Amino acid sequence: METKNIMIVGVGGQGSLLASKLLGYLLLNEGYDVKVSEVHGMSQRGGSVVTYVRWGERVASPVIDEGEADCIVSFELLEAARTLPYLKKDGTIVTNTQQIDPMPVVTGAAEYPAGLEEKLKASGAKVDALDCVALAKEAGAVKAVNLVLLGRLSHYFDFPDEAWEKAIEACVPPKFLEVNKKAFRLGKEYR
Amino acid sequence: MKQLMLGNKAAARGLYEAGVCFASSYPGTPSTEITEELAKYDDVYSEWAPNEKVAMEAAFGASLAGKRSFCAMKHVGLNVAADPLYTMSYTGVNAGMVIAVADDPGMHSSQNEQDSRHHAIASKVPMLEPSDSAESLAFAKLAYEISEEFDTPVLLKMCTRVAHSQSVVETGERKVPVKAYEKNIAKYVMMPGMAKRRHPVVEERTKKLIQYAEVSGINRVEMGGTKLGIITSSTSYQYVREVFGDSVSVLKIGMTNPLPEMLIREFASKVERLVVVEELDPIIENHVRALGIPVSGKDLLPICGEFSQNMIAKALGGEVHEGRRLSDEIPMRPPVMCPGCPHRGLFYTLKKLSCTVLGDIGCYTLGAVAPLATIETTLCMGASVSSIHGFNKILGKESEGRTVAVIGDSTFMHSGMTGLANIAYNGSNSTVIILDNSITGMTGHQQNPTTGYNIKGDPAGKIDLESLCRSMGFNRVSVVDPYNLAECETVIKEELSAEEPSVIISRRPCALLKYVKRKASLRVNPDTCVGCKSCMHIGCPAISIKDGKARVDETLCVGCGVCTQLCKLGAFESTGKED
Repeated sequence: METKNIMIVGVGGQGSLLASKLLGYLLLNEGYDVKVSEVHGMSQRGGSVVTYVRWGERVASPVIDEGEADCIVSFELLEAARTLPYLKKDGTIVTNTQQIDPMPVVTGAAEYPAGLEEKLKASGAKVDALDCVALAKEAGAVKAVNLVLLGRLSHYFDFPDEAWEKAIEACVPPKFLEVNKKAFRLGKEYR
Repeated sequence: MKQLMLGNKAAARGLYEAGVCFASSYPGTPSTEITEELAKYDDVYSEWAPNEKVAMEAAFGASLAGKRSFCAMKHVGLNVAADPLYTMSYTGVNAGMVIAVADDPGMHSSQNEQDSRHHAIASKVPMLEPSDSAESLAFAKLAYEISEEFDTPVLLKMCTRVAHSQSVVETGERKVPVKAYEKNIAKYVMMPGMAKRRHPVVEERTKKLIQYAEVSGINRVEMGGTKLGIITSSTSYQYVREVFGDSVSVLKIGMTNPLPEMLIREFASKVERLVVVEELDPIIENHVRALGIPVSGKDLLPICGEFSQNMIAKALGGEVHEGRRLSDEIPMRPPVMCPGCPHRGLFYTLKKLSCTVLGDIGCYTLGAVAPLATIETTLCMGASVSSIHGFNKILGKESEGRTVAVIGDSTFMHSGMTGLANIAYNGSNSTVIILDNSITGMTGHQQNPTTGYNIKGDPAGKIDLESLCRSMGFNRVSVVDPYNLAECETVIKEELSAEEPSVIISRRPCALLKYVKRKASLRVNPDTCVGCKSCMHIGCPAISIKDGKARVDETLCVGCGVCTQLCKLGAFESTGKED
């Protein structure tokens, strides 16, 4: 099989590490060769954060380059727009509609582009946008945005429900399990 | 069992299986997790040392004593530890000793992009370069065998993409070899008479290591198509495989120093065109060229920054993938000080007082970016304290009254104390501010000698900064709370105008520490706020202006209250909601 690529993007502190951990666990259990790449340190301090998840028979590079991502999972709209160049021609963007102003916008040095969701669609990308914060709150915890996104992502790849469930149980602390399972389901069943 | 494992964790696993008993490191991205993971094994003694030089010398002592030892650092840390490294090359080791050094091509989290391979060559110490997690584990184990067989410390070179990528590994069992310590003055006392006899030993060792590089399999030839032959190592190997699969021939270098000769000649003779694909400096390329073999490399690929598969495809004729872009300008999202960061109030005050600020290495380097934008220099660990002395000596009184050095608690322990000794000894009227947030922040919360806890979180020795500075000869040592802007302003003004050098300790724990309790978040009363934007001067990511009024993101705000001190109208009020 051809190597598959998912990019998880967001703002430092939004919880993308759990999402990549969970995907990595699931993919390894499904018998694939897997590589997951993340950047630590300075870039975590409220800056843009990118994680690459790749799987297939034999994966070489740990990173995803422009035009290669089958799917971009985005915690924030501007970050989806920033990483659009990495999307494959027929790739899909699953994105939270949340907007977080970066410091240049806060200080007035730059503007947050308007109508990003429509512009992303107009670029020819398949865009699946949802208010993950609202769904996470409905599930019982704002921090469960990552599971809402993964639930939505599960539509686009053919993994059995049990595989997702097992991965969630393995990666989420028992205390938060029910909330996270609900968040996953709400994301999955959205619309 | 197959596991998905971070490169750094896999290296730690390899060290563990090789029987490492002693690990001493200073944290530095992207090397930190190796030692953090080692600390989770109860049968390995591990610690954070004050700096890399101390860590390496401690590991040397442990090796002498007969147990396999280890230290880790980032690339610039190896500069600090270069002194012991270059002479340990002469003394060799007793039990095996491995030094992990992690480069950061692309400077994700570093002040420069230096290539550690130069240190391996210059110190004549062998260097292994894994290309994924499985090799990180295997090479860490192999490094100990090489160390003991050839009587040398061994460098294990990681890079960001190997250190911080997870790939599949299989783990093995731990075995602990032990050696006895024997006094050997000719080997371990490096004074001229002895060192003169050790240098030829080093040269002989290098010849033997070259022989090892030729035949051991650490450098391996993978023949494919013969039109193009690529010599590569580390993560570049993975990019090459990604682009070309098995369609090209590859000489994969696992040991970067010393490099083989015959193996390269033989490989070159089998391919029509030879290219070296290596990040940063042309080290393999220059070696090949010195052998008189025609080769390409940096004429096709850059010295600066990281590689990627598209970059290699473009340079060498592979398939390049293209994406699409929006026509909109996408604003940057640079890292920022966190909500509640204790550095914020201090930098706000320095800006208000129009201070010249010489900075250092840590989260607080973010004090250089808008809107705080106060730091004017950042060089290396400790340089703020050392350079303010030279700065003030040249500019004299006018500078003394407005210039400060800022340095974090961990960085001060690392390299700030010697600079402070210089100020005390050679007498410049300098003002040094120690930003004591009670943790090593930027690398992700490691303990240090001022925190009172060790790497495992158990109580440990605690250096008292006030007593330390006083004992070094500073009469003026004061402590301020950076959440209290009025106090900061008063004290900084006082110390700048004092006729003798002073130390100000700006003390408040990092807002991200687990034991730091968040206060109730704040909100803005829209009837009171007039949109004057005074609160925007602190660059708090929780505060923005919407519809002409300030607004607080309650999910981000930790209730530090610095903004309330800027609002003359009292528009900020507590939500009363504790986290």
